[in-house]
Amino acid sequence: MDAISVTNLTKTFAGGWSLFRGRGHEVRAVRDVTLALRPGETLAVVGESGSGKSTLARMMVGLEKPTSGDMRIAGKDAAALRAEGPRAFGRVIQYVFQDPVSSLNPRKTIDAILDPPLRLLKGYDKVRRRARMKELMDAVQMPANTLERYPHEFSGGQAQRIAIARALAAEPRIIVLDEPVSALDVSVQAQTLLLLEDLRAEFKMSYLFISHDLAVVESISDRVAVMYSGEIVETASAEQLFRTPRHEYTKRLLSSAPRLKPPGRGRLEGG
Amino acid sequence: MSTQALEVGPPKDSGQSRTAWRLLMNNRLAAAAFYIVVLIVIMALMAPILPLHDPDTTSPANRLLPLFSEGHLLGTDHLGRDVLARLVWGTRVSLFVGISAALAAAFFGSLIGLVAGYAGGRADNLIMRGIDMLMAFPYILLALAIVAVLGPGLLNALYAIAIVNIPFFARNVRGITRGLSHREFVDAARLSGKSHIAILTTEILPNVLPIIVITMSTTIGWMILETAGLSFLGLGAQPPQADLGSMLGQGRALLFTAPMISVIPGVMVFLIVMGVNLLGDGVRDALDPRLRAGALSRPMPVTRIERPHVPEPDETAKASALAVTGLETSFEQGGGREVAVKGISFTLRKGECLGLIGESGSGKSVTALSILGLVASPPGVITGGAVTIEGRDVLSLDETQIASFRGGKVAYIFQDPLTTLHPLFTVGEQVAEAVRAHQPIDRVGAHEKAVELLRTVQIPDPEQRARAYPHELSGGQRQRVGIAMALANDPDIIIADEPTTALDVTVQAEILRLLQALRRDRGLALLFITHDFGVVAEICDRVAVMRHGEIVEAGETATVLGDPKHPYTKRLIACVPIPGQGRAFLDAIRALPSADTDRGRGA
Repeated sequence: MDAISVTNLTKTFAGGWSLFRGRGHEVRAVRDVTLALRPGETLAVVGESGSGKSTLARMMVGLEKPTSGDMRIAGKDAAALRAEGPRAFGRVIQYVFQDPVSSLNPRKTIDAILDPPLRLLKGYDKVRRRARMKELMDAVQMPANTLERYPHEFSGGQAQRIAIARALAAEPRIIVLDEPVSALDVSVQAQTLLLLEDLRAEFKMSYLFISHDLAVVESISDRVAVMYSGEIVETASAEQLFRTPRHEYTKRLLSSAPRLKPPGRGRLEGG
Repeated sequence: MSTQALEVGPPKDSGQSRTAWRLLMNNRLAAAAFYIVVLIVIMALMAPILPLHDPDTTSPANRLLPLFSEGHLLGTDHLGRDVLARLVWGTRVSLFVGISAALAAAFFGSLIGLVAGYAGGRADNLIMRGIDMLMAFPYILLALAIVAVLGPGLLNALYAIAIVNIPFFARNVRGITRGLSHREFVDAARLSGKSHIAILTTEILPNVLPIIVITMSTTIGWMILETAGLSFLGLGAQPPQADLGSMLGQGRALLFTAPMISVIPGVMVFLIVMGVNLLGDGVRDALDPRLRAGALSRPMPVTRIERPHVPEPDETAKASALAVTGLETSFEQGGGREVAVKGISFTLRKGECLGLIGESGSGKSVTALSILGLVASPPGVITGGAVTIEGRDVLSLDETQIASFRGGKVAYIFQDPLTTLHPLFTVGEQVAEAVRAHQPIDRVGAHEKAVELLRTVQIPDPEQRARAYPHELSGGQRQRVGIAMALANDPDIIIADEPTTALDVTVQAEILRLLQALRRDRGLALLFITHDFGVVAEICDRVAVMRHGEIVEAGETATVLGDPKHPYTKRLIACVPIPGQGRAFLDAIRALPSADTDRGRGA
């Protein structure tokens, strides 16, 4: 059974309705996407801005409602999950946002931020919640005194660790990571990737990893799906995709990525 | 801080509220207003225990006694009632009504605003159009209509004033809530299993509350004035009850024979309203995080320069396109100075591209801005070093001379052209303006030059695109416009601060190619600030690695990247995943000795 399987998923944003011009034109953010995330694997979705990858991710965690198509999360129909209420989604699938600082409420301490998933999704009592928060801080390698502090006291990398801890709190089987490292400095980015990989192995989760950075994707994913203007143009194992890209757009993406040491290629020539 | 006042600041701890209090007291008008308001409130509260006459006892024998009469300090009115007693009791009533109305309006207005802002869509539209309808009536007319329906009386006046002021709060709060409800922490709370009501009350409300308090403090004055207005018209307090408005109303008939009877409550209304408004302004200024950070104070045209000694540029510096010698830039912070750039030196040769690379907080952008004194002052101060362009120390020149360098000999390209381009002018006009800033050329000529520049940066169909507004262009095209503006006056040096960071990789490659071609064709020297080693490898001849305000390593790009000497550089390069490395990358990271990788603020 796949962790996530979507078939012909489409999301259309209706244009604004105006009194004088009637309905504005529609935007098809995601078109006919068919995708499967296998249990225990990391599937990367790669694309540039406006390719619809974030909309796809938001649909999978129930923050957006698909216009049409079929979506099954951990074997359950997403529509059925939605009917069960907002908590049903949160128990099986969680989300890590791109900007860790804005995903943490600036007026709450870290323990107040970690409390709701433990209380509402897991139904733990007070003592158990407290113990669990300490475990979570351990898991993301943050000191225990983190809990009493406010988000602005942490750097971007630390804030992202806290955000990851919040996602882990619900003990989900699947985590959707939306550009989790692109707002971080390179050295912090590397450490965060390593942490994510270790956590996935430890808690036996599946990752859907959204990114625009091919090198990052290659280092963490098993399979890669390339998205271009709302459609998935190519899906392949990471190794295969980076060695022999088939689609024109994938080739262009790969050749555009700046390289530290250009293999057998001169420096960029003026054009 | 780049965003609006409603931007949620860090939570206030006791230290911050102490600063807010000090800021409030530093504002002399606000401090005076504070004492006046406190005095009046105490007086009103103590009315029952003060040795006053009964405000409602008439005594026709003593009517219209003048000021300072025995037993009646402020005289008596046309029915012989003690004016002082009526003033104190009247103030009490007016304050009570004003404050209650403010609280009621704030409560209901905020509630409506929160719901409308959070629900969005059709509900928002319906609610806000209703609020707009309330606002469309002149407020006094609306209040009159409400009182006319409910009947005259103090309580009804209170209702009327509260209702009239609801739109004010609703609109304010709705706007802020609208912004907050799209924030990621709200989505995160929803995924944590919180219900909509819980999200509104525990996630959004705490962030809106300061704004509600500030709005209230600035509107209480109005409410008191409006209460007085209704009572003046005979629709508020009913005789014999005294309030400031009705006292004014009754005094009006005697304005010429006994002016003091209306002047005294008038002065009181004036004192209260002025006091509350000034205090409210003071509170707003003290709580606004932007004001506290000094961000709203206008920066000086050139960064403040306080150099104890000025290094003499040597021959290499004079021969270079740009030489920075021992540059030190600090930021003033609560009395002390924090050094952001710690005496760095580098040279940029003619026609060369030098990369300045570092992580966030390394001081690379401050260095770039310091070169032409563009660091905002306050809080920035250049505390040492020299910047040599064409053999002259730029930092010794006067303001107009430095300004003539900007966009002339030296041009900047910034990260996000959407924030540096003006949204209300076409890109053609903006490029033409950059041309006219330094060249005596007429409008038509400047426009032609602008189109020419747009063609140079390879914008397709430049005549047409010159008429486009910034938001009509893609990110890559906007950055091309930014480059065109930088080229407007044939600069010798371009300082590019993360010019491709906001762009997609395919677009980034195009922009880098363009910069490279321009550099070759025009012999430009390029100072390229970035955090991306890949970009450095593509475009830079030499690179300097910055960390904590210092250059830790500099040299030819191939040498530094291929064989880094400094451990920090080594570590940074090891942290960049290389295409083709695959999962081996993470194993390499695991093998790295643990270090202080997670330090430093922001990322």
